[in-house]
Amino acid sequence: MNIPANLKYTKTDEWFDPATHKSGLTDFAQSQLSDIVFVEIIVAAGEMVQAGKQMASVESVKAAAETYAPVSAKVAVVNDGLADNPELLNSDPYGKGWMVQVEGGDVSGLMDATAYTKFCEERAH
Amino acid sequence: MTYIPHSPHERDTMLETIGVKSLEDLFKDVPKKHRFPTLRLPQALTEMEAAAELGELSLGNENVRTDLVCFLGAGAYNHYIPAAVDHILQRSEFYTAYTPYQPEISQGTLQSIFEYQSLIVALTGMEVSNASHYDGATAVAEAVGLANAQFHGKRKKVVISPAIHPQYRLTLRTYVQDMQMELVGDNPKVVNSERFSESGPESLIPLIDGETALVVVQYPDFFGRIYDYAQLIETAHKMGALVCVAANPIALGLLKTPGEMGADIVVGEGQPLGIPLSYGGPYLGFFATRKQFIHKMAGRLVGETVDTRGQRAYVLTLTAREQHIKRERATSNICTNEGLLALAAAVYLSLLGPTGLRQVADLCYSKAHYTAEKISSLPGYSLCSDAPYFHEFPVCCPKPVAEINAHLLEHGFLGGYDLGQDYPALKNHMLLAVTEMNTSEEIDALAEVLAEVAHA
Amino acid sequence: MPEAPAITIEPNIYELSSPGRTGVTFPAPDMPHTNLPKNLLRKELLLPELAEVDVIRHYVKLSKYNYSVDDGFYPLGSCTMKYNPKINEDTARLPGFLFTHPLQPVVTVQGNLALMYQLQEWLKEITGFAAMTLQPAAGAHGEFTGVLMMRAYHNARGDTKRTKMLIPDSAHGTNPASSAMSNLEVVQIPSDERGNVDLAALKAACDETVVGLMLTNPNTLGLFDEHLEEIIQIIHACGGLVYGDGANLNALLGIVRPGDLGFDVMHINLHKTFSTPHGGGGPGSGPVGVSKQLADFLPSPVIGVVEEGQDDKPAVFGFIHPEKSIGRVKAFNGHFGMFVRAYTYIVMHGAEGLRQISEYAVLNANYVRVCLDKTYTVPFDRICMHEFVAEGQWGDAPGIRALDIAKRLMDYDFHPPTNYFPLIVHEALMIEPTETENKDTLDAFVKALLKIAEEARSQPVLLKEAPHKTPFGRMDEVKAARELVLCCWLPEDYAGHA
Repeated sequence: MNIPANLKYTKTDEWFDPATHKSGLTDFAQSQLSDIVFVEIIVAAGEMVQAGKQMASVESVKAAAETYAPVSAKVAVVNDGLADNPELLNSDPYGKGWMVQVEGGDVSGLMDATAYTKFCEERAH
Repeated sequence: MTYIPHSPHERDTMLETIGVKSLEDLFKDVPKKHRFPTLRLPQALTEMEAAAELGELSLGNENVRTDLVCFLGAGAYNHYIPAAVDHILQRSEFYTAYTPYQPEISQGTLQSIFEYQSLIVALTGMEVSNASHYDGATAVAEAVGLANAQFHGKRKKVVISPAIHPQYRLTLRTYVQDMQMELVGDNPKVVNSERFSESGPESLIPLIDGETALVVVQYPDFFGRIYDYAQLIETAHKMGALVCVAANPIALGLLKTPGEMGADIVVGEGQPLGIPLSYGGPYLGFFATRKQFIHKMAGRLVGETVDTRGQRAYVLTLTAREQHIKRERATSNICTNEGLLALAAAVYLSLLGPTGLRQVADLCYSKAHYTAEKISSLPGYSLCSDAPYFHEFPVCCPKPVAEINAHLLEHGFLGGYDLGQDYPALKNHMLLAVTEMNTSEEIDALAEVLAEVAHA
Repeated sequence: MPEAPAITIEPNIYELSSPGRTGVTFPAPDMPHTNLPKNLLRKELLLPELAEVDVIRHYVKLSKYNYSVDDGFYPLGSCTMKYNPKINEDTARLPGFLFTHPLQPVVTVQGNLALMYQLQEWLKEITGFAAMTLQPAAGAHGEFTGVLMMRAYHNARGDTKRTKMLIPDSAHGTNPASSAMSNLEVVQIPSDERGNVDLAALKAACDETVVGLMLTNPNTLGLFDEHLEEIIQIIHACGGLVYGDGANLNALLGIVRPGDLGFDVMHINLHKTFSTPHGGGGPGSGPVGVSKQLADFLPSPVIGVVEEGQDDKPAVFGFIHPEKSIGRVKAFNGHFGMFVRAYTYIVMHGAEGLRQISEYAVLNANYVRVCLDKTYTVPFDRICMHEFVAEGQWGDAPGIRALDIAKRLMDYDFHPPTNYFPLIVHEALMIEPTETENKDTLDAFVKALLKIAEEARSQPVLLKEAPHKTPFGRMDEVKAARELVLCCWLPEDYAGHA
C-alpha cells in the first residue's frame, strides 16, 4: 500500500498535497475499487467547496464511489484529462491521477501518513 | 396439482438429515398467533380443469382477431406478428433463463440483447440503446431522470407537449411528484379544435428557458401528426436544454429519424414490434441516446468483449451505474426489465428487415389515408387536422364519440379513441388508427356504418 | 487442465445480413399511395437482410448458449428460479386474452377484468392485505409505487417533515434506489450477530422524521427475523409505516400473511413466487398490497365490481379510481400476460398447494444447508427459510473466492448461486433451491460443491481458471467497460445514412 509521507489524508480515502494543493483518491481507495472505468468531477474552477462536499463520482467495473473535498477552499483547476483516461486513477493516483487543485486550504483536520496507515490497517479484516 | 417432486419418504429422510420432526418445525420463528392461516381460495384444479376454466374466461371477451375489427390505437396497435417470433420466444433457453449475470452460460441472451440494442440504434438514428424499460410511458419518465442527473439537479423545469399520450403524461407526473420538478406546457385545454394546428411544437418554444432540463415531444404525436422537430431541438439546445422524442417504431420505418433532427434521447413503446396487444402488457420501453449521456442512462447495457479463450463474447457492462452497486445513488431503481420482449422486437425486425418494415409502414400509411379520405367525404364527418400524419388521425364527428362507438360495436367494429375524455375542447373528436391488418373491405364497411350513425 | 469445447462463434445479425435477402414480406397496398413531404422521409434504414430460415437458425444457435431452468438447477438466491409450468404459457396465449386491446370498452373485456379482479382478491387473501394494485411492471416498480404511497399518506395527514427511509444493511439495492427516486434520505440499519435487524439501532433511528422502514422478511440471509413483531411496533410507534419487500414470499405462502404481521404495504414478484418465467431479464410483474389506511392511495385505476351480480347475472367489473391515488405508474393495465399465468398457477395449487410450495422450498434449503455447513461456513447457525447464505472462502485456500467457486460449478452443469449479495457476508454465496427440485438434484449439487471445496485445496487452478467445459470462458469485463462497443456496428461507419 503506497502512502506517501508528504501528503495528508481523509477518513474517506482522499489525499491532499499541502505543497501543490492538489487532491485525489488514495492507493487504498483505487485498490478497493479495482479497474476504474468512469470519472466525473462535479466541481468547477472558481467554485467554493466545503470540506466533505462531493468532488467527483468514480465507477469501476464492480463498484462505485464518491470522492469528497478534503479541505474548504476555492477550486482553481480540475483535471480534465481524467474523463478520457480513468485508468490513471489506478495506475498513478498521486501523480497523473490528481483530481482537483484548490487555492489554500487548512490541513489541520487531516491525518498524516502514519495516522492514515494505521487507519487503513484497522479497517482490513 | 403442484409441481413438487418429493415423495413422502424423501421428505422424511430430508427432515431427519436436518434434525427436525416435521415440516411445521421449520417455521418456529414465525409468530405462533399468525402461523398457518387458513387461506380462503378455491379448491385446487388439475391442469385439465384449469385449462377449461381459463378457456371459459377468455371467451368472456371480444377480441380483435375473431370478434371485432380494430380501428383503435392510442398507444397500442393491432399489427401482424410473424409466426416465427413466438416460436423463438417459446424456446426454453430464452424464456426460462435469468438475467445474464453469469455471461459464460448466457451468451444467447447477451448476444440477442446486443443485437436488439443495435437494431434500436438503427431505427432511431441514435448512438446507443439500453436493454429496455417497462414501456413507453416509464421510458419517458426515465428520460427526465437522465436530464435531472445530467444537470446535477440544477435545472428543474421540464417542457412537455400536450400532444403526448395522456397516460404517459400522467405517469411522468407520478414519477416526479417528490422531485420538486416543474412540468409545464401540457395543459390539455390548449388543444383546441378551432385552432388545432396551434398545438404543434412552435407553441412550446416560448416555454423553454435556462431553467429547462428537458423538452419532451411525441412523434407522430398523440393526434397522429408528424412534425419535423429540428427547429425545436435547435432552440432547446441554444437554451442548454435536452430534448426527448417519444417515437412510434413502425413510423420510424418510413420517417426521418429523431436522431437526424438532433434529439438527445429517443424513447417509445416497442409493442408494435412483434408484441401482442395482450390487454396492455407486458410491453416494451425502448430508450436510445447519445454516447455522451451513457453514464446517466438507466437500464442494462450489453457490451462486446473477449473471453479468456480469445473468443468474441458479450457481457453486461457499465453495471456500476445500476441499483445493485450504486444503490441510493443510482439514476433509477430498475432491475427486471422486458428482456424477452426486447428479444421479440429483435426477431421481428430481423425477420422483416428494411424491406418488410418499409412495407408495413407503407401499408399503414396508405390504408390510413384511404380511410381518412372515405370518412371525410361522409356528411357530418371531417378531418380535424391538416398536418401530415402516419397511421392515426382525428376525425370530427357529428355525434358524441361514445354514441358512435356503441353503434360501431353492435356492428362488430372497435371504434377509435374518444379524445374528449382527455381534452375538454375536443368533444366529438375520434382518434382512428389503421394498420396493415385492416382490409379495404373492412374500411369500406366502417365508412358505411359511420354514415348510418350520422343519420340515425 | 480440462479441455474447453470447440465452438464456432455465431456471427451477429448484421454480419449474417446479405443485400437483397428478404424475410417476411407483406402485400402491396391496394389503394393509392399519397406522398409524404420528402423532408419527412428517412434516407436509409440499416436493418439486416435475412431470409426467415437464416433468422431462425441464428436464434436457435444463440439459444443453445444459454443455461435455463428447463436445462437444470438454478439456485439463485432471492430470484426463486422455480419451474415455469407450460400450461401457463398456453393460457396466456389464448386468443381471447391475447388479442384484446387495453382501451377496449369494459363491456367487451369482462373476461379480462374478472381475471384481474379475482387475482387481486386472491393475492389479498394470500398476503393479508386490504387492497391491491396490479399495475407495477416489476418488483422495483412496485417498491417505488409503495414508497410514493407511504409519502403520500404522510403528506395527506399534514405530516410533511418525514424525509428519511430506514433500510437494513442486508437490503437489495432496489430498496435504497427506490427511496432515492422519491427524494428520501436513506438511513442504513445494521444487523445483529444472529442476522436480525439490530433493535437498538432501529429504536435510535426511529423518530418523527422517518417515513418508515423497508424490510425484507425473510431477509436476504434467508432468515425470519426473530423480533419481527417488535420491529413493526417500533416503527408504528414513531408514526412510520413498514414496507415489505416481497421478494422472499416463497417462504411464506400459507405459513404467515405479512398483512397479519402488521406490514402496511408490500410488493409481490409474480416472476418469483408465482412462477411466471424470468425471460432473460423480464417481463416480471410487481403487484402491491396495502393495508386499509393506504388503500385510497393506490395507483389508478384498480379493478372493482361496478354492478353486483344477481341470481343468474354475473357481476360486472370495471375500473375504480382510488380517491387519493398517487397516479398512474405506467400506461395501460399492467402486465396482463403475467396475470393470466399467475391466475393459472393459483387455481392449480389452491390453499394446500400454496402451503406445500413454501414448506418444500424451506425443506430443500435447510437440507442443502445442513449438507454443506461442515464444509462451507454458514454464518448464522439457525433454521433458514427458503434460502441461506454460505461463505465462499476458506482460510486454508488462499486466493479462492466465491467467484471462483461459482465459475467451477458451471463445469458440473449447475448454474451458480447468487454471488456477493447480501453485502454483509464476505464472499457470499446465496443458495435458493426452490420447491420444484427433487432430492437427487440437491444431492448432486451438494456433491459438486463438496468436490469443489476439495479442489480448492488440492488443485486451486481448476477454480481460478474455471469454467473449463462451457462454450465460453470468463469475460474481460475491464475491456468491455473501457473500450465500449455497444452496437454491432459503429455509428461513425454509417454517418449520414440515418
